Amino acid sequence: MNVLIIAAKEIHQAIRNRWVLAATLLLAGLALSLTFLGSAPTGNVGVRALDVVVVSLSSLTIFLVPLIALLISHDAIVGEMERGTMLLLLSYPVARWQVLLGKFLGHLAVLAFATCLGYGAAVGALAATGSQIDNDSFLAFAAMVGSSVLLGAAFVAIGYLVSALVRDRGTAAGICIGLWLLLVLIYDMALLGVLALDQGRSISAAVLNALLLANPTDAYRLINLTGFANVSTFAGMAGLAQTSSLTIPVLLTALLGWTLLPLGLAALAFSRREL
Amino acid sequence: MTSTVRVSDVTKAYGRVEAVRGASFALGQGELVALIGHNGAGKTTLMKLMLGLIRPSKGAIEVLGDNPAAGEFAGRRQLGYLPENVSFDPALTGRETQAFYARLKREPVAKALDLLDAVGLGAASRRRVSTYSKGMRQRLGLAQALLGAPRVLLLDEPTTGLDPELRQTFYDIIARLAAAGATVLLSSHALTELEERAGRVIIMNRGIKVADGSINELRRLARLPTRIRLKVAGLAPSEMPTWAPQDTTCRRLNGHIVEIDAAPERKIELLHRATAAGNAVEDVDVVPPTLDELYAHFLRQSEQAP
Repeated sequence: MNVLIIAAKEIHQAIRNRWVLAATLLLAGLALSLTFLGSAPTGNVGVRALDVVVVSLSSLTIFLVPLIALLISHDAIVGEMERGTMLLLLSYPVARWQVLLGKFLGHLAVLAFATCLGYGAAVGALAATGSQIDNDSFLAFAAMVGSSVLLGAAFVAIGYLVSALVRDRGTAAGICIGLWLLLVLIYDMALLGVLALDQGRSISAAVLNALLLANPTDAYRLINLTGFANVSTFAGMAGLAQTSSLTIPVLLTALLGWTLLPLGLAALAFSRREL
Repeated sequence: MTSTVRVSDVTKAYGRVEAVRGASFALGQGELVALIGHNGAGKTTLMKLMLGLIRPSKGAIEVLGDNPAAGEFAGRRQLGYLPENVSFDPALTGRETQAFYARLKREPVAKALDLLDAVGLGAASRRRVSTYSKGMRQRLGLAQALLGAPRVLLLDEPTTGLDPELRQTFYDIIARLAAAGATVLLSSHALTELEERAGRVIIMNRGIKVADGSINELRRLARLPTRIRLKVAGLAPSEMPTWAPQDTTCRRLNGHIVEIDAAPERKIELLHRATAAGNAVEDVDVVPPTLDELYAHFLRQSEQAP
């Protein structure tokens, strides 16, 4: 009950602060531009437009959704402490884990709303312009939207963990930007570099799989680019899809783990904090 | 008397600084207690300890049957708290804020909104908190602290930023709650305001409780002189009345006022002498030591003690 009260307030605040509007417009704008411009490289002949959209949108999601998630989550705890509102909230009959879970549900709802509506606009636009959308493509798209929300959940949880550990908002923001750069940009480049240097001598397939699961954005990428046969051909990942032993349930579990573990640790850190 | 808050030998250390050192006291039902001390004396720390926002380094605390340090919070439904420099989420309106806190305490929202009128927030309650002045935020802070007939009220500097009229209303509300059996712990710098209202005073200095009792008890303990002010006619500016005993301190305040420091047991004797036949005394004022003076006295005393 307390969790829902706090979640409702977070949503209310996000609507007031125009977070919901901004995130939805941003995602919808990008989704629509990718939908109409993105088919340029493949042309329109015989291409199932929605599959192309899935490939390009999921690549975009990897950059954008973690960023939005970290933006709304990094000051959830330390920011409220600095503003002094946490002091009052914790004098009420609520447990600290309820505060954290309530905020999480609220932020996740905001993110899910923005993603579903923003990306849904792309499907709507395609349908309106008379493109053929078959069931397979639609399934791949729905999975993309669902996993995008899950990716967002993971980064909201990571943001909370940072927020629960640091002393001030500036530090939280700095660390979150660093984490974003690391997980979204640097990790893959470093991994590629290591693989190129190693030439398959010491890094086995199992180690590679583990390394891919150790980054939520890679788990997300694999779900969307290799998970569906018709999509993976466009993504140029068909070869990888056949050899990879990382099935969708494994990848989803990894993403879920990336959500629950930081969330649990954040709750632990928050419960130990003095303010 | 049943105690609602028990603090037993509590010490709270931040690194090497001890914000509270070995404080013990119990607060009973219906008590209106003033917690006084200068900044950094440990007042806010004590309240945070009672709320479980921080954990004691030593000692134990019990609030409405809960151990706040262990994260127990069942009793907090009957607890109201107003932090020093209270702040709210700026994006929400006063009404929305109050409704949110009412839901957390499982109080009917309509009744909670009536409290906004009681603290005089009225029309402003439909505006966003970001537009509020300090005084208006303080009013909202009071309204949320009063939610749901609290049995314990912890108020940290509640009257800062309130105009005199609202101060009066505030103290009326507090007195009514205390009369109905609530424990009110109130920290403040405005000692003159508390003097006639607080049934009990706890004085803190550098984390140590240096005095605890009703104002009369503290006056007895402090043995500070009562000042007798006399308006004497026909006395030259530098002259002292002849009947004043040599062993008391007399001074001239202005043109025709004489002030005598009277030890508690000599008060009546001095009054007798002053009003004895033949003395040209036109008016008498008896001023017992104020809370300000008592506070200064106990502070001095604790500073001198090793």
